Amino acid sequence: MKRSNTFFVCLLLLLTGFMASLVDVASESGQGLPQAPESAELVSRLGLTDLSLFTEARYTRHPSQADIHSAFQDHPVALEHFPTGSLLQPPMGLLR
Amino acid sequence: MLIELTDVRKAFNQGKPNEFWAIQGITTQFEVNRISCLKGASGSGKTTLMSMIGCLSRPTSGRIRLQDRTISSLPERFLTQVRRHTFGFIFQRFNLIPGLSVVENIMLPAYPLGLKASSLRSRAERLLEQFLLVDKASNPVEWLSGGEAQRVAICRALINDPQILIADEPTANLDSRLSREFMVLLDQLSKAGKTVLISSHDPVVFDSPVVDRVVELEDGLMVSGEG
Amino acid sequence: MITLLRKQRYFIDYTLGTMMRHKGKSLGLLSVYTMIIFMLASVMLFSHAMRSEAVALLADSPEIVVQRIQAGRSVMVPADYLQRIGKLRGVTEKRGRLWGYYYDPAVKANYTVMASEQDQLTINDIVIGEGIGRTRGLSVGDYLTLRSHEGKAFSFRVSRLLESESELISSDLLLMNPQGYRQLFGIDESLYTDLVLSVRNPREIQKIAEKLTRLLPDSRPILRSEILRTYESLFSWRQGVMLILLLGSVLAFVIFAWDKASGLSAEERKEIGILKAVGWETGEVMRMKFWEGVIISLMAFLIGYLAAYLHVFYTSAGLFEPVLKGWSVLYPSFQLTPSVDGLQLATLFFFTVLPYTLATIVPVWRTSITDPDLVMR
Repeated sequence: MKRSNTFFVCLLLLLTGFMASLVDVASESGQGLPQAPESAELVSRLGLTDLSLFTEARYTRHPSQADIHSAFQDHPVALEHFPTGSLLQPPMGLLR
Repeated sequence: MLIELTDVRKAFNQGKPNEFWAIQGITTQFEVNRISCLKGASGSGKTTLMSMIGCLSRPTSGRIRLQDRTISSLPERFLTQVRRHTFGFIFQRFNLIPGLSVVENIMLPAYPLGLKASSLRSRAERLLEQFLLVDKASNPVEWLSGGEAQRVAICRALINDPQILIADEPTANLDSRLSREFMVLLDQLSKAGKTVLISSHDPVVFDSPVVDRVVELEDGLMVSGEG
Repeated sequence: MITLLRKQRYFIDYTLGTMMRHKGKSLGLLSVYTMIIFMLASVMLFSHAMRSEAVALLADSPEIVVQRIQAGRSVMVPADYLQRIGKLRGVTEKRGRLWGYYYDPAVKANYTVMASEQDQLTINDIVIGEGIGRTRGLSVGDYLTLRSHEGKAFSFRVSRLLESESELISSDLLLMNPQGYRQLFGIDESLYTDLVLSVRNPREIQKIAEKLTRLLPDSRPILRSEILRTYESLFSWRQGVMLILLLGSVLAFVIFAWDKASGLSAEERKEIGILKAVGWETGEVMRMKFWEGVIISLMAFLIGYLAAYLHVFYTSAGLFEPVLKGWSVLYPSFQLTPSVDGLQLATLFFFTVLPYTLATIVPVWRTSITDPDLVMR
């Protein structure tokens, strides 16, 4: 019985952690994004369209605003991000 | 009369080129409250016969009756029930489960009954006391000496309070002093109302005064010891 | 009922005991299993959080961006296009944007330069994102020198840094006075980079885009929904790449786990024989083995998931940074908002816990339906 007790205690701890993570998600999404006010203000004021995640090159910085003459573009509506553009089909919606 | 065998036969690899009849027609009875011994060289069919009586396997043909029930034709599920409540087994190599403690090994056959932990524990403790193992209770079974392991195996066989004890070559791994002590223990159990069935080719066992009846097997046939 | 629960508890006790017999092996298996779940869950949580972050962040971005295409290349938009668009029904606001890229050879980084009216900057002032500040070591009051299109050096004073909370969208931004922007890049007063339109009713967006292409045949409207969709697929794709990279290790684990879980050693075979001999039913032996599978896989799932959760949301997915960062110098530091996709989590659960548990039971079933008298031999 001792061993199963230890197991149940571990399991209970882990399940508590699991529930805590779900509660964490719920509470965070309830109060909105923590950075939302500043970012939202900036987005609407400047009319930003992209995340500044892929800053390594001009043609990756604004995947949505890509120039048609960017590198690695195989199709007029192909995704602009290397190697996405060469490997992946553009979203089906754009092909219609 | 408790156990009744009628023309029991057992074949291995039936229908194949290496077909082998381990038991070739045995008809006998084993009485309650007695210590009976199956004697014979290795390969004479002792173990096969014991495993059929103990519901571990089924005869190819023939009939085994326990009290008024024909057990040889029961389906597997019922065999397990019979085995659980009627038989206790002591094996040649003790067959204790390593990694578990002495007391856990003893309680093993009772786990599927789902008894209350405290009552199961006290049952096991009573047996530990009876067989002088109290101070070893929480040791892992790997640490036990041969004699202690044998006593643990007896305790395990007794935990569900079976009517019949089946011991297969129980003294094979014991020296002669421990073997004699083991026979004394069996005598006590028999006096306490258990029926004991031993298979052995050890003279310490079949020549022991506590044994009530010796049945001799040879090549799957009974050669002496009609009851 | 209580008896049934008690029985399960005994089985768990038993199976834990036998697992501890090979402590190293069991713990090794558990940790490798946990690692795998951790990696898979990290990728899943990260991609999902990134996607929802992009959707949430870009919720306020302009509904329509209009680019001008000349000979298949996007070019500056004449300011009079704003007049040519005129009053379109449903458009609440329209304005020209001025933006572009500036490559800074000093740190080998690309800045996104934008003209900002609302910041009311003087011609010598700029506002920069945290990323630039960090990379160039700039703070308020420092000067940043940029080379103009004619090769002349212009010095700008940093008047403000953008809030670090907004780094995910502003890390590489450099805001300046529109006049300064035009001088720096040599852009005529009559030109904009592109136009942005705000539309109140989302159902009118498609109609307005169609009208725009009729009014301005050389324009290309980009809708916000398209942008969000692009991000969706972008992160799905990145998730896919990560999963493919992980596939090798997952397969290796599958082989290992299959071997461990399904190949019964002679020792285990004998153990099952003993259990059956002492009166356990086939079903009971299988339930005991079922618990073994459940204990290992459930523990691994929970530990792996929790570790992944902490990794993604509280250490900003530090292990993925190299993959995402690529060559970018101005990688933003950001904290993702915790968000979990229940369906993905359930998928992960069913594709890890279930197969492993089954793999432990099936071989037991095969051996335990055989006669238990093998322990006697």
